[in-house]
Amino acid sequence: MGLGSDMYRQQILDHYKNPRNYGELPDATFSHEGENPTCGDTIEVHVRLDDDGETIERVSFEGDGCAISQASASLLTRELPGKTLDELDAMDRDDVVDLLGVDISPMRIKCAVLAEIVAQDGAKIHTGELEVDTTTTEE
Amino acid sequence: MSTQDTTPLDVERIREEFPILSRRVGGDVTTPGEGPGDETPLVYLDNAATSQTPDRVVDVIADYYRSYNANVHRGIHSLSQEASVAYEEAHDRVAEFVGASGREEIVFTPGTTEGMNLVAYAWGLAELGPGDEVVLTEMEHHASLVTWQQLCKRTGAEVRYIPVDEQGYLDVDAAAELITEDTQMVSAVHVSNTLGTVNPIADLADLAHDHDAYLFVDAAQSVPNRSVDVSDLGADFLAFSGHKMCGPTGIGALYGREHVFEEMQPYLYGGDMIRKVTYEDSTWEDLPWKFEAGTPNIAGGIALGAACDYLDDVGLDRIQAHEEQLTEYAYDRLTEFDDVEIYGPPGDERGGLVAFNVDGVHAHDLSSIVNDYGVAIRAGDHCTQPLHQKMGVAASARASFYLYNTREEVDVLVDAVDEARQLFA
Repeated sequence: MGLGSDMYRQQILDHYKNPRNYGELPDATFSHEGENPTCGDTIEVHVRLDDDGETIERVSFEGDGCAISQASASLLTRELPGKTLDELDAMDRDDVVDLLGVDISPMRIKCAVLAEIVAQDGAKIHTGELEVDTTTTEE
Repeated sequence: MSTQDTTPLDVERIREEFPILSRRVGGDVTTPGEGPGDETPLVYLDNAATSQTPDRVVDVIADYYRSYNANVHRGIHSLSQEASVAYEEAHDRVAEFVGASGREEIVFTPGTTEGMNLVAYAWGLAELGPGDEVVLTEMEHHASLVTWQQLCKRTGAEVRYIPVDEQGYLDVDAAAELITEDTQMVSAVHVSNTLGTVNPIADLADLAHDHDAYLFVDAAQSVPNRSVDVSDLGADFLAFSGHKMCGPTGIGALYGREHVFEEMQPYLYGGDMIRKVTYEDSTWEDLPWKFEAGTPNIAGGIALGAACDYLDDVGLDRIQAHEEQLTEYAYDRLTEFDDVEIYGPPGDERGGLVAFNVDGVHAHDLSSIVNDYGVAIRAGDHCTQPLHQKMGVAASARASFYLYNTREEVDVLVDAVDEARQLFA
């Protein structure tokens, strides 16, 4: 029995307790924030692009909330560098679930995808395709 | 009943009427790593959200559809007569249950929220305007808070809030200042669904009536588990939901003083609520039908009456005593953890629920983890976002108890919370 829950496998707890790339990002090309209003989860994603203006060089995040939302943000900061903005845009919830490596119950999926959606919206604002102040997850 | 019967409940026997409580759920404690399991016994501690339904109430619903399903009030045939009599008598039964004088004072609604909106629209839109005040408590459920807040925006009236103190009690001295000659309505929750506070409704009624204001009581968390009498409380309106008191979803009741209901215009128009219609004008049916337009939730209404029968058979004083004992036990056990914060009054002065947070564990994570131990609790803002903002948290976990819960189930909860603490430590 020990650790109990599947959903909270070591990786998630590890990233929640020791978030990677947490904090501001010097020379960020763009930053964007979002929230799950009903949960109170908040995520701000900072992205620095390569000189080509297309490829993600570095990502950091700041935020507060449940383990799922914060761990997926932490995991995302390691997954995104090297990807292009188009590749970021093409990511969906399955990619995040794969990243987390556990089954996410339907009620918690919006926690899992928050960072991804915030990064995607941030990129679209950067390229002028979208105009919002903050991103909220509503389904 | 002149004396209170608080003899302990035979919970084992009570549980026999709730087969759902014997089912197992998809926790993964006994089937680690294999996705949804099916071997974890359910521990249902989300009763403030909705209660389970005993067989005898389910049977009443099934019996209606199997034996005498027909529309009410309009048929001459036998089935319609049977359905009409049963549906109307359910109003009498519910009236008796809360101490109303008769069916004229009981409108069946889809639930507490609709009861609130009925009064807001039918009474508030007509009566409120600039210079008027509606006084609420800071611990109102959104059903009350949002309804009056938005109605005041539309009418130009002002909303005022009676503060909640650090311990989770209502500041009655402040209420005496806030309720003035301009106050038209005081709307207060009887038992807070977040803090568990049992509010001094009769005192608020006196304050409201001293200033010729009405008192609306949100009794969603009190009617299911204690003897509620509208006269004792001094309520002018009182609303509650069937699904929190062993009845089905989609049915509830709104009590209103007969003379107040008489003066109010209908809220919904349509069939069943009219007496005489011409192309130019219409007149209204007698109370309570004036407020029940369209084909009502007939099976639900009859089942609500059956739920009242059930709760009276068990005994509301016994249910209240049982709930209070479980709540105090849960409060004491959770207090053993120094990283658990419980919101609201002490364990021996609250309704049957405990909302809490574990330091460093988000309420949703906590709920997910205890679910793996079969424990169903609520996590979120419990429809009291402003109160949570005041408490300084976005969300909390909430365990709520009812007549069929046991101390052993509280132990399962506490052990699961302990697991979560250690997981996140």
